[in-house]
Amino acid sequence: MVKIASTFGRSGTHDFVLLRAAAVVMAAYTIFLVVWFLCNPGFGYNEWITLYSHLSMKIFTLLTLTGLLIHGWIGIWQVLTDYVKKSLLRGVIQYIVVLALLVYWFTGLFVLWGI
Amino acid sequence: MKKLKFSIYRYNPDVDKKPRMQDYELEVEEGRDMMVLDALLALKEQDPTLSFRRSCREGVCGSDGFNINGKNGLGCITPISSLKGNTVVIRPLPGLPVVRDLIVDMTQFYKQYERIKPFLINDEKTPPSRERLQSQEDRAKLDGLYECILCACCSTSCPSFWWNPDKFVGPAGLLHAYRFLIDSRDTATEERLDELDDAFSVFRCHGIMNCVNVCPKGLNPTKAIGHIKSMLLSRAV
Repeated sequence: MVKIASTFGRSGTHDFVLLRAAAVVMAAYTIFLVVWFLCNPGFGYNEWITLYSHLSMKIFTLLTLTGLLIHGWIGIWQVLTDYVKKSLLRGVIQYIVVLALLVYWFTGLFVLWGI
Repeated sequence: MKKLKFSIYRYNPDVDKKPRMQDYELEVEEGRDMMVLDALLALKEQDPTLSFRRSCREGVCGSDGFNINGKNGLGCITPISSLKGNTVVIRPLPGLPVVRDLIVDMTQFYKQYERIKPFLINDEKTPPSRERLQSQEDRAKLDGLYECILCACCSTSCPSFWWNPDKFVGPAGLLHAYRFLIDSRDTATEERLDELDDAFSVFRCHGIMNCVNVCPKGLNPTKAIGHIKSMLLSRAV
């Protein structure tokens, strides 16, 4: 069996489930926003702030950002292990991408916190 | 008489610094069709240095897998008339090291095949006094799996196998893995699944179905891989 330390899940099956679970949340969030845009043509700052001041919307947004973190972590690791064969270079790129994903997550958390 | 044009990959590591494509022409009777292997055999009479594997010449042994006009297939069951274009371009199977001309080193392919333990494992303490019988339904589950001839057309058309031939089992190996996972006489299902439950062995298949597209026996490795994923998931969730 191949032992992998730098991916997110504990096994191939775990990665597989996490990828899809995260994708479902992100897809649901995207569909929700598209429908909201269509139902609120010409929306402004007030409508936008009202939407994001709901606790459920904050949780939904954080769940999506968590999904993005997990999906990006596993997905980028899969792409990198296909195309980048130098392990040091792969590790560095993976590190940068994961840091960026964590920055997105914390930024989202603090932005939502302030609404 | 008409002339058939061929462009064939040539590489002899003892002599050539790098691979090259060599053009050939073959005269055949008007209206006559032939298999790619027949054409190669005729070309070998023109140029005895042209090297390729072949054996049964009827799609059973799996020796003459080539990349023909960009698609993997067996030379012996690919009619020239089925190919488009004026020139037939023949290259070795992609993704494996070339030994010479159209002959590839299949060590990595066989290593992956060996990894899945392609034999029946049964830990019943008392050997049966006669054959281990199966119901007709259980036997039918092996159809579409046991027919694989290990020609490597599928695995060498799979990008996941190109990038990670040492870690991803590949469609041929996984088709055989499922053949034993689903066999009612095999008792090593859990051990087999344990061996496959990492990030590469099975899950590096993203279902692009190149393997299905090229299999000369009309088999469906992607479907078998889907079943393996389902087995892994059903014991994990």
